[in-house]
Amino acid sequence: MSSSPAPFQTIRTPDASPRPTKIHADGVKVIYGTKQALHGVSIDIGEKSVTAFIGPSGCGKSTFLRCINRMNDTIVGARVEGKITLDGEDIYNTDLDVVELRARVGMVFQKPNPFPKSIFDNVAYGPRIHGLAKSKADLEEIVVTSLQKASLYNEVKDRLQEPGTGLSGGQQQRLCIARAIAVSPEVILMDEPCSALDPIATAKVEELIDELRTNYTIVIVTHSMQQAARVSQRTAFFHLGHLVEEGPTDHIFTNPLEQRTQDYITGRFG
Amino acid sequence: MEHTVSAYEDELKQLARRVTEIGGLAERAVADSVQALTRIDVELARKVVAGDAQIDALQHITEDLAILTIAKRQPMAVDLREIVGAMRIAGDLERVGDLAKNIAKRVAAISGSFPNKQLVTGVEHLAEIALLQLKTVLDAYGSRDDKAAHLVRQRDDEIDALYTSLFRELLTYMMEDPRNISFCIHLLFCAKNIERIGDHATNIAETVHYMVTGNVYADERPKADQSIAATQTQPN
Repeated sequence: MSSSPAPFQTIRTPDASPRPTKIHADGVKVIYGTKQALHGVSIDIGEKSVTAFIGPSGCGKSTFLRCINRMNDTIVGARVEGKITLDGEDIYNTDLDVVELRARVGMVFQKPNPFPKSIFDNVAYGPRIHGLAKSKADLEEIVVTSLQKASLYNEVKDRLQEPGTGLSGGQQQRLCIARAIAVSPEVILMDEPCSALDPIATAKVEELIDELRTNYTIVIVTHSMQQAARVSQRTAFFHLGHLVEEGPTDHIFTNPLEQRTQDYITGRFG
Repeated sequence: MEHTVSAYEDELKQLARRVTEIGGLAERAVADSVQALTRIDVELARKVVAGDAQIDALQHITEDLAILTIAKRQPMAVDLREIVGAMRIAGDLERVGDLAKNIAKRVAAISGSFPNKQLVTGVEHLAEIALLQLKTVLDAYGSRDDKAAHLVRQRDDEIDALYTSLFRELLTYMMEDPRNISFCIHLLFCAKNIERIGDHATNIAETVHYMVTGNVYADERPKADQSIAATQTQPN
């Protein structure tokens, strides 16, 4: 009988008063063809808070993020093992409607990617296909509130019929956030949402994230340590496909317990 | 492991060097001021007073460097603690310099009055312990030695106890003959200054602990200063 190597131990520091769990992941592995990108990640993500995923490129943080709304399903040859639940419900259950899941778990990408449609239609698209609006007035209301929640309404209210692609980068990203909010998701996943934005637009998006967390569970992947420190309540550090350490953000950035976390956040990674 | 950005590494090293430099100057100021006091050496006292400006200037330079590093590098974790620690320690050492300067200023005032050798010896002994504390804690900073820093923190009550007994002695001496008061008051202030130098050494020890471990001491620091109780009248 051969002995298997000792299982990888994630260093965990619980919150002083933990939030109820929104997303629970248990032993999540992702294999792209022959390459294993994630080696069993387990984490509880608290509701109505911001959780930041940090780590060097290729550490698996985006891969894990994409598991939460089954985006990896769209990649040929990708295999996901382990279990992820949303409010206790297995999201990889074969009976589950993936389209419905993605309405509950919205996503904002690195590069703002508005549809080549008007500002109004960008936001109205989701509610239309999910049949969320009963009338034209209903739809208008959804679009306006979503734009307001995304702190964009005042800047675009007079040109809702103009193309979304005509907005500045920062506005486009907030439009994408409005589009995600429009279908009333419970969770918003953000994959480096500010990496293509200037500091002012970044500050606006960060301000927005802080406001959104009162109603939504947010998971953000970022390469900016300062951004993770500013916007999140909990931080998870990934390295080489493992979840190395997770804990309260204040704790991770002032006094991390794992040497690799320390080396990464202080810029000592070789 | 070193930083990927080597200039950052250099900045942190330079910051630590500055702190060590201020530490050396402050230590020297304390030793010289006490020597000037025990020998009534007005010339040496004058040098200590003049030398304080250098400590102040170095403290400013250190603080500027720390602020600039924070602005440029946005430090995290151990680096952030390193920089915050350097700022705090530089601040404590600057105060130590001020206290030494204050002792030195009193030398000229004392020089006219007749010193009681025994009392001066008491102050000297107090200063020896405070200086040892200061030296030990600066070494602990240099080697980021939490254990050594912890011992410094534990030992502060020795200074407090000695200060209390000196306080009592000076009080008795003043009661005996009002002509002693002027001399005793100056000596008492010197003793108090030295006791406070000990407190700054303890502050530095606590900063070293924070820098190394990221934690702050949860318990109260050991205290043995009973000088307030010494003047309270006993109930009949």
